[in-house]
Amino acid sequence: MVAALVLGSLVAVLLRAEAGRGPGPADWAAVRFTLVQAVLSALVSVVLAIPLARALARRRFAGRRMLVALLGAPFILPVIVAVLGLLQVFGRSGWISQALGWAGLPPVQIYGLHGVVLAHVFFNLPLATRLILQGWQEIPGERFRLAAQLGAGPRAMWQLLERPMLAQVVPGALAVVFAICLSSFAVAVTLGGGPRATTIELAIYQAFRFDFDLGRAAMLSGIQICLTGAAAVFALRTARGEGFGGGLDRAVRRWDGAGRGTKVLDGLVIALASSFLMLPLLAVVLSGLAGLADLPPAVWRAALTSVLVAGGSTGILLAMALPMAVTVALGQGRMVEVVGLLGLAASPLVIGTGLFIIINPVADPSGLALPITALVNAVMALPFALRILVPRASAVVARYGRLGLSLNMGGAPFMWRVLIPRMRPQIGFAAGLGAALSMGDLGVVALFADPERATLPLQVFRLMGAYRMEQAAGAALLLLALSMAAFWLLDRGGKWHAEA
Amino acid sequence: MKYLAFAAGVLTATATLADTPELTVYTYDSFVSDWGPGPLVEKAFEEVCGCDLKLVGVGDGAALLARIRLEGARSKADVVLGLDTNLTAAAVETGLFADHSVSADYTLPIAWQDATFVPYDWGYFAFVHNADMTAPTNFRDLAASDLKIVIQDPRSSTPGLGLLMWVKAAYGDDAPQIWTDLSDNIVTVTKGWSEAYGLFLEGEADMVLSYTTSPAYHLIAEKDASKAAALFDEGHYLQIEVAGKLAGTDQPDLADAFLAFMVSPAFQSLIPTTNWMYPAVTPVDGLPEGFETLITPGKALLVPADEAAALRDTALDEWLTALSR
Repeated sequence: MVAALVLGSLVAVLLRAEAGRGPGPADWAAVRFTLVQAVLSALVSVVLAIPLARALARRRFAGRRMLVALLGAPFILPVIVAVLGLLQVFGRSGWISQALGWAGLPPVQIYGLHGVVLAHVFFNLPLATRLILQGWQEIPGERFRLAAQLGAGPRAMWQLLERPMLAQVVPGALAVVFAICLSSFAVAVTLGGGPRATTIELAIYQAFRFDFDLGRAAMLSGIQICLTGAAAVFALRTARGEGFGGGLDRAVRRWDGAGRGTKVLDGLVIALASSFLMLPLLAVVLSGLAGLADLPPAVWRAALTSVLVAGGSTGILLAMALPMAVTVALGQGRMVEVVGLLGLAASPLVIGTGLFIIINPVADPSGLALPITALVNAVMALPFALRILVPRASAVVARYGRLGLSLNMGGAPFMWRVLIPRMRPQIGFAAGLGAALSMGDLGVVALFADPERATLPLQVFRLMGAYRMEQAAGAALLLLALSMAAFWLLDRGGKWHAEA
Repeated sequence: MKYLAFAAGVLTATATLADTPELTVYTYDSFVSDWGPGPLVEKAFEEVCGCDLKLVGVGDGAALLARIRLEGARSKADVVLGLDTNLTAAAVETGLFADHSVSADYTLPIAWQDATFVPYDWGYFAFVHNADMTAPTNFRDLAASDLKIVIQDPRSSTPGLGLLMWVKAAYGDDAPQIWTDLSDNIVTVTKGWSEAYGLFLEGEADMVLSYTTSPAYHLIAEKDASKAAALFDEGHYLQIEVAGKLAGTDQPDLADAFLAFMVSPAFQSLIPTTNWMYPAVTPVDGLPEGFETLITPGKALLVPADEAAALRDTALDEWLTALSR
């Protein structure tokens, strides 16, 4: 169904197009820049995420749960709000530049390829960290116990447990971050400092709005999808290893990393990463506080709409992701995961336009704006949900599958009694991420907008468009709070996280 | 998918229940927002028309035209409001628009003659800055200064395209040189107006591309006189926003009535403080207090609609070449 949605809308756009020309030099330049920034962003995000996830996996401290939850925040902010927050910290007149100014140094030069990568790392480091942290959590507590009994130090622990785990988890995380950065547009052009930073998505925009060349838009979107497909296949091919077998679902205790050096190192990693991620959020919060007091009623209505859309979207997401995850776990189709990643690959503009072409003859698209938004949000969150659900589902099936068969357990009882209870934390995490993503997504609703049923991100955008920057900042803070609350509630729903 | 089918069913059912005639107007998103003219216009027109005015927001001007082309002759829209003179020639070419019969005493800086489109507001593009700064008086001064500016990408933003046409109209064949000289003044290029204006307000740049009317918002709505627009002596590029009737409308009389209403005082008096532009026909009681403080450019620049498309592509190539170096 996902493939149908993504490819169907692409085909719909193509069918409406006249025969076009092939990609020109400007398009290839866009493809090149897109690839370079996406590869760099994915590498930097994941390389930084490994020590952070490791530190978070082996330390327990007050506020750790809060920190892990807050880490999700950059990912779910509307892009425009996050960019403004980032620039309040790293911009020409941002906090860091001001501090440098006092020291008599020139301001930070943020605009350029490094700025694009910095922003993408800001968005994706948290996601990569959560995905990798989950890898650590899937190592059963018994393995750590055994390793500790055998006297394994940090190095041996790395050799025996952590490196094999990373070999399984890292390619998937790389592919997801790469796919997200492929369709980046507003971040790339704003922080890239000008037309040098033209991405494929911007070229699609140009083809669609400027030249009304649907064929070119569809062709460029096709290139995007191929690149994402290649990344997905790469991830599946390189992710190897046999897994760690099952444990007794006991709470994990760690005996390693007690030395002072590792403690200081972990503390430093956590402190640095959290200040990098939290400072721009703080900027968003600070600039939002003033506007929060006099939010117009339209914003509260939009907030309610967004909560409903997020709820619907989360339901659709789980209904799609769980069966897909089980299918993959039963070894009946690795390609399902590749299809899942497609949701990220397709340009929202092309999906929206394609859906419009499909729906328009049948029904009024603007009347369906909200259901469509919920559906498209769910499809876009699907790759994340699958990355979260599939490893755990595979582990559970590997551990309990034969037992289930020997007890003559059918599919449904196995799913309800064995699989789902053991996947609660992952389901909670996936649902929380899905809800938060849907809440923060401006996406297709902007293409179908209906004046009476705006979502909160759309209202933020409209407030900014009407010069009301202060109220927009207030509404953005409300959005941040709602997204975090949804994420927190659903993620907490899977209680097993309490310790891990 | 069941849900979608169900929702579709419900919506079609309610649509057939309506008995008052419905006029559908496609416009850009900021027009229909709670802070734009949309809600007030809807109320005012429905008081006189005995109809249901349905405003549908579609991105910005360029997205609006793309939508109409996508829907073609089957479009549900009766009127399209929000194209500008950079887009009208392409719009006429589609053959989807019908001629109008509206006449009014326009107070535009240029004479208006167009069989298809009726103007409803206009404004000049300008660089907005903090009032305590001495602003440059033309592009050459600006390029020679250390001032930092934020502009919008012409490929995704209407003001961005306006700036492109402004430089081209003012400098012609020298435009590439101007862009090359400006490249070290440009902090960054944003996707749309909101991002650029937000960056300016945060202090990322000394000036931002916007409209001469932007300081009026701060003055009137926020009682803040700290913003000003820079007066450039080569003239300012004009944006004229227009509306037109679709040939395939099932409500031709209502559509005509709406276009006539659009240039009447009831509509025009709403424009200055909701759309923050100049009305196409100044109401008898003049402009709101505060508008008299705005700069008045000595020369209005505008590339005629029929030349705009060809010039646009050249100008974009020059812009890309100069700034990609």
